[in-house]
Amino acid sequence: MMYDVVIIGAGVVGGMIARTLSAYDLKICILEKENDVAMGATKANSAIVHAGFDAKCGSLKAKLNVQGSEMMQQVTTELGVKYKNNGSLVIGFNDDDRKTIEDLLERGKQNGVKGLRIVEKDELKELEPNIADAVVCALYAPTGAIVCPYELTVAAIGNAMDNGADLKCNFAVVDIEKIEGGYKVVSENASVETRFVINAAGLYADAIAAMVGDKSFTITPRRGEYILLDKECGGMVSNTIFRTPSKMGKGILVSPTVDGNLLTGPTSVNIEDKDNKDTTAEGFAHIIREANENIKGIPFNKTITSFCGLRAVGSEGDFIINSPKQGYINVAGIESPGLTSSPAIALMVKELLEAQGVILTLKDTYNPRRKPMHYFREASLAEKNEIIKKDKSFGRVICRCETVTEGEILEAIRTNPKPSDLDGVKRRTRAQMGRCQGGFCSPYIMKLLADEMNITVDEVTKYGRESKLITGKTKEAF
Amino acid sequence: MKKELVIIGGGPAGMSAAIAAYESGVRDILILERDDSLGGILKQCIHNGFGLHRFGEELTGPEYAWAYEKQVHEKGIPYKLNTMVLDISSDKVITATNAEEGIFTIQAEAIILAMGCRERAKGALNIAGSRPAGIFSAGTAQRLVNLEGYMPGKNVVILGSGDIGLIMARRMTMEGAKVKAVCELMPYSGGLARNIEQCLNDFDIPLKLSTTVTKIHGKERVEGVSIARVDENRRPIQETEEYIPCDTLLLSVGLIPENELSKSAEIELDRVTNGAIVDQDRQTSVEGIFACGNVLHVHDLVDYVSEEAAIAGKSAADYIQNQAAEKICVKLTVDGKIRYTVPQRITKKQDATVYFRVADVFRNVKINVYCGEKLVLSKKKAKVAPGEMESILLKKDMLDACSELSFRLEEE
Repeated sequence: MMYDVVIIGAGVVGGMIARTLSAYDLKICILEKENDVAMGATKANSAIVHAGFDAKCGSLKAKLNVQGSEMMQQVTTELGVKYKNNGSLVIGFNDDDRKTIEDLLERGKQNGVKGLRIVEKDELKELEPNIADAVVCALYAPTGAIVCPYELTVAAIGNAMDNGADLKCNFAVVDIEKIEGGYKVVSENASVETRFVINAAGLYADAIAAMVGDKSFTITPRRGEYILLDKECGGMVSNTIFRTPSKMGKGILVSPTVDGNLLTGPTSVNIEDKDNKDTTAEGFAHIIREANENIKGIPFNKTITSFCGLRAVGSEGDFIINSPKQGYINVAGIESPGLTSSPAIALMVKELLEAQGVILTLKDTYNPRRKPMHYFREASLAEKNEIIKKDKSFGRVICRCETVTEGEILEAIRTNPKPSDLDGVKRRTRAQMGRCQGGFCSPYIMKLLADEMNITVDEVTKYGRESKLITGKTKEAF
Repeated sequence: MKKELVIIGGGPAGMSAAIAAYESGVRDILILERDDSLGGILKQCIHNGFGLHRFGEELTGPEYAWAYEKQVHEKGIPYKLNTMVLDISSDKVITATNAEEGIFTIQAEAIILAMGCRERAKGALNIAGSRPAGIFSAGTAQRLVNLEGYMPGKNVVILGSGDIGLIMARRMTMEGAKVKAVCELMPYSGGLARNIEQCLNDFDIPLKLSTTVTKIHGKERVEGVSIARVDENRRPIQETEEYIPCDTLLLSVGLIPENELSKSAEIELDRVTNGAIVDQDRQTSVEGIFACGNVLHVHDLVDYVSEEAAIAGKSAADYIQNQAAEKICVKLTVDGKIRYTVPQRITKKQDATVYFRVADVFRNVKINVYCGEKLVLSKKKAKVAPGEMESILLKKDMLDACSELSFRLEEE
């Protein structure tokens, strides 16, 4: 069988493209090298819907950022994904910062960002009572928002699948061959044929492009480390607090998350190894130092986890969205504001396909809506009891810290895109994501997952391949 | 639903509190337990050493739990299993959920909090490196080995020398795993002396004091850890860093009382214990809500948990039967060398045993209790350590004419 479109990479970009295209009469397949979706840069970033004042006027980044930011509310509503228009502040400590903030205001206006203005210290204190005393002014962007990037991606890909798209995980593309009327995309042990290839391979987009002979760009991994704090601390700020960008980069931000935690980070260091997501002692020290300069009294002893993501920084200084060959489209170098831009990027890719002669016919079965992943959590007491009456497993709490029930976990395991490892369940349900980080509930979830997947508990992995949690049965050594 | 006494948690604290309340005459009791049986964490503690103080013999965890569970059955004290409490309000309305009844509320006259504690997780430590499979808290590993029959790994490094870590060092060894080292950040172990002897020394497992894990290696499963000695400020000394190949890192780096429900009930918490501030009856700042066991402060021995819970159970019964008003109020303060006391205040003129923990290892010291600058009580100790809880008896006559008693640890 020949697909119409194969998308390489199940990150937020690939996911939004798949979802957008799944509205039309196309046979779509998403290929992902990992065991689950949203495993690259999508999994670990600042989770910000940027207002759009950062990118250089006239750049693709500027245009798609503002457009994406405006689309995000509707997209998240349709997909049942949490979204919060919390606003953002770029804080300044001195006259140099003020000058930069004024430039950002001007740039933002030109980019078409609405509602931007500079706030002075008194108003700033009212907006953010915990802001550091040394802060003198800030650029206020009321359109700034937050979203959970992996929740968005799971929902987008789930929605695409519900509308007929296929997803193949553990499909690491090793070659792309030109065939009659399209391409054959090959992994170590399988292949798919397709009329069009969309390269949304994140960090590996340069390697994929090279497979079709396009060596016009390279991708460099940029490490970003983060520290996530307990929900107890989520109310320390209500806006996303950025520092004024300098030659040293954008600096450490402090932001609430849509789930109510407090997120601090990222560091910003270019590295060589595209697999190296190690956190570092220097990174932690940097985050803690700068975050404390921004906001008074962040209780880092309430840290619940730290992590590191790699941003896919392209060599061209802007997003690389083009079609160097008939039937092949690059969507590469999607660093910040990639998450924000993703719905707009998907529209642009759709237009590129049309420009290549693809005729898009809207499917009458297309449903842009998806059942919210966290509907049970959000339901009223009476609604919850109705659900429990029908399915008792919703009355049984498995994850105590985040109050996630067996029903929610089972439903997540049975819903597209189906998770097949422990971390996949975590990203979909928040079970294991609280204070104890799975200390109590992970053995239960391993059992649920094994039963649903019809495997044994010792075959369950943390995130696919060799990430097994159990090394065998007790007494085996004797 | 209305109940005279609701006990949150059916572990050793909850059961002991229920029995004591029953024996004091309360009959309208309900224990709410989130797991599928009573007993709490004792069920997975299959080693012996429990009950020496309470029963004068060494029992296993399940045996110790059964000694109490049996009484719960004999007395016909009602309990609900697989029932998770979601919220407690300050006017003592409990919201809970289970599969059979859905989400329901109970108006209680008195509540005893006995939710226990959880382990501090890896995330809280900011260990550099990768985040592969093979990192477990010691208690999770204990559950996997003892209750599920699974081995979480074969070559193990343990960070933290809390009692569960020590117990698991021995347990993993007995199951055929190689425990390469137990690393402890502090210059002393946080565990009981007897566990160092019986769990490490008897099995030739090295205890590396003033040592921490500086980096985790491995893409998918743990492949090794870097460890290093730390200086007096607990900062790693880079030159001492060494690599230990292993497939598993177990963490035993502290226990945290689970007080999320106490917060929802607006109970005042102690910043040192992370548990409620209580009086000698184990009554919290919210009248009619009591706390006991590891949710109040982390205990060394379950025997002490049972003892404390019995006080809470009896006091709750007294509260239900008499609604007795508080009389005097003496605040107990500490000097930092003594980290905390439980109780933190005294509200009745009666003898009270005060439990406390010290901040460091001290030798040849006196525990002195002052009323103002007047020494009212002094107790000599050859050695005190953070891993061993201490106690001292306050006689009722010491409570006269005193609104504050300060506890100080002083050199001899």
